[in-house]
Amino acid sequence: MAQKTVIEAIREGMDEEMARDPSVFLIGEDVGQRGGVFLASDGLYKKYGELRVIDSPLAESCIVGVAIGAAVNGMRPIAEIQFADFIAPAMNQIIEEAARFCYRTAGDFSLPMVIRAPWGGGVHGALYHSQSIEATFAHIPGLKVVAPGTPADAKGLLKAAVRDPDPVLFLEHKRTYRLVKGEVPGGDAVVPIGKAEVKREGTDLSLIAYGLMLTYCLEVAEKLAAEDISAEVLDLRTIKPIDQAAIVATAKKTGKVLVVHEDTRFAGIAAEVMAIIMEQAFDALDAPLMRLTAPDVPAMPFNHVLEQAFMPNADRILHKAKELAAY
Amino acid sequence: MATKTQEVEAKGGQSRHRSLGLSDDQALRIYEVMRLARAVDERMWLINRQGRAPFVISCQGQEGAQVGSAAALRPGQDWVAPYYRDAGVILWFGMTAKDQMLSFFARREDPNSGGRQMPGHFGSRRLHILTGGSPVATQLLHAAGIALASKQRKEDAVTAAYFGEGAASQGDCHEAMNFAGIHKLAVIFVCENNGYAISVPQSRQMAIPNLADRAAGYGFPGVVVDGNDVLACYEVTRHAVERARRGEGATLIEAKTYRFTAHSSDDDDKRYRQAEEVATWRQKDPIQRYAKYLRESATLTDPVEKDITERVDQQVDEATEYAEQAPDPTPDDLMTFVYKQGTVS
Ligand SMILES: Cc1ncc(C[n+]2csc(CCOP(=O)(O)OP(=O)(O)O)c2C)c(N)n1
Ligand SMILES: [Mg+2]
Repeated sequence: MAQKTVIEAIREGMDEEMARDPSVFLIGEDVGQRGGVFLASDGLYKKYGELRVIDSPLAESCIVGVAIGAAVNGMRPIAEIQFADFIAPAMNQIIEEAARFCYRTAGDFSLPMVIRAPWGGGVHGALYHSQSIEATFAHIPGLKVVAPGTPADAKGLLKAAVRDPDPVLFLEHKRTYRLVKGEVPGGDAVVPIGKAEVKREGTDLSLIAYGLMLTYCLEVAEKLAAEDISAEVLDLRTIKPIDQAAIVATAKKTGKVLVVHEDTRFAGIAAEVMAIIMEQAFDALDAPLMRLTAPDVPAMPFNHVLEQAFMPNADRILHKAKELAAY
Repeated sequence: MATKTQEVEAKGGQSRHRSLGLSDDQALRIYEVMRLARAVDERMWLINRQGRAPFVISCQGQEGAQVGSAAALRPGQDWVAPYYRDAGVILWFGMTAKDQMLSFFARREDPNSGGRQMPGHFGSRRLHILTGGSPVATQLLHAAGIALASKQRKEDAVTAAYFGEGAASQGDCHEAMNFAGIHKLAVIFVCENNGYAISVPQSRQMAIPNLADRAAGYGFPGVVVDGNDVLACYEVTRHAVERARRGEGATLIEAKTYRFTAHSSDDDDKRYRQAEEVATWRQKDPIQRYAKYLRESATLTDPVEKDITERVDQQVDEATEYAEQAPDPTPDDLMTFVYKQGTVS
């Protein structure tokens, strides 16, 4: 198997899906000639032409709204939002339209479409190029939300998203694009939506994360091992539908759970994970559930001191994990 | 009432600025602010390339459209809603090289945001410079609202809102112009059309050659102007300001221009535009062009040019030195001003 970066895996995933199915096309800002601002679609414009790799006007509502129409009429659009932070102009199309088509027609219409969006911070992106949007969208029934943290999962889940009959918000952590490398299986390796994965087995405590925080949690697990603390790391991979069974299983196994995310705290994904454990694994707990998140401020600031103060990092996760282990 | 787009010709002559009612001093002041905007920008690129600051987004090439239009407004009384390239606008409205550098280095003292926003995200209530976030075109609606308030209070302030031709594709742009048209608001929409939105050319943004033609659909005039001719930009904006103050409503000005640099320090413009194209536009540099005019009209002499250069260089040096040494915010600063009063957690 070949070592690849997350961005390479995503590019390959789109390329293979477009080659496999002529109804798959990509639309977004700068995705054509330039190959996307992160080069996720580098080379695809040349290969598939301007009708399948479309440089859209600078209007997210247009990108998503047009994708909805095309999906109604037999296509499988991949709509790229240049940065997750700029998805807001398309909120009406995503929440009021895409998420409700199936329900409001009692299943007559459905929308096989993917909305890809680079999210997350740690890149000096400031308030508007660093945001985490998963909790906002996971709250909306009718949408699926996926947030891979490794190249293999990025590619496999992208394939699953393209083939899914419902709208999928596919979140790509931009800091992982070139930072995280890993083996990517050849062939048509689809990773199912809705399945978490234990990325490291452990017995003393569980770290639950996704996106960039997965990388940090794996680092932390390694450090904890050096201190004879055995940490299990569960990668959610899909936020919605969330893998309740996997969450409950790890909680029952270790009895101590720390949930980590980069999104702000209030009503974040950690709160949902903790509620699931309380409902289904309360008896197995040996310590209060813990979470490490960004604080409730509007977004991640530009200045490096403030950015570091905002983002959870390996040191802070380690500190919190030790507190949990010692409980 | 639909109004036809007018094309404004650059009229020749050696006392154009005087016939526009600008004194020699005013004409030179316009020149100096253009020079300052350029010099600060060039210094930022230098520092960015040395790895001393993570991000720069540029005004270079668009200073004529910026300073020419802003010079027709009254700083502090009128309002501007700039976008991220508008260094020329905010310098005219009272910001300084030091303010820009404090923002560039994201220092605690950064007057726009206390180091929270990227450079280019200007804002000062005192100076009547509307704060801007990154999502494009949102400021156009705010500008309409600012102008609505002026009208409600019977004040004669004019609001100028700036944006790129790419931003004109957003729904907010249509909504703002429609509202301003309905209520005959004293807004001037200034589009700095530099031909690209990052890599996307104008032809992929709209099916018409002139954005200004859209004004007809909103019931106010649209004007196409050579954005690299600072005096022409001043002239059309002054007409729009006069019209607005007479209560006749909005104007859409489309300044055709070009950005000399990549979209930002994170962009590689070789991926989507030819070096020759950039070189051709560099020949039309609005600053050099204006300098040539000012020399021919005997307004700009060698000693005057020398003084301006010295002042500009000194401001940039001092601003850089000051800002680079200035303290960062502290981690505690992360939690302040989520709300005007108190905290919620
Ligand atoms: C709503 C929104 N979507 C996407 C972006 C990302 N983005 C930043 S600038 C830009 C291009 C803007 O082009 P234009 O309006 O022509 O201004 P220019 O940069 O050319 O001066 C894009 C796509 C954004 N800032 N806001
Ligand atoms: Mg542009």
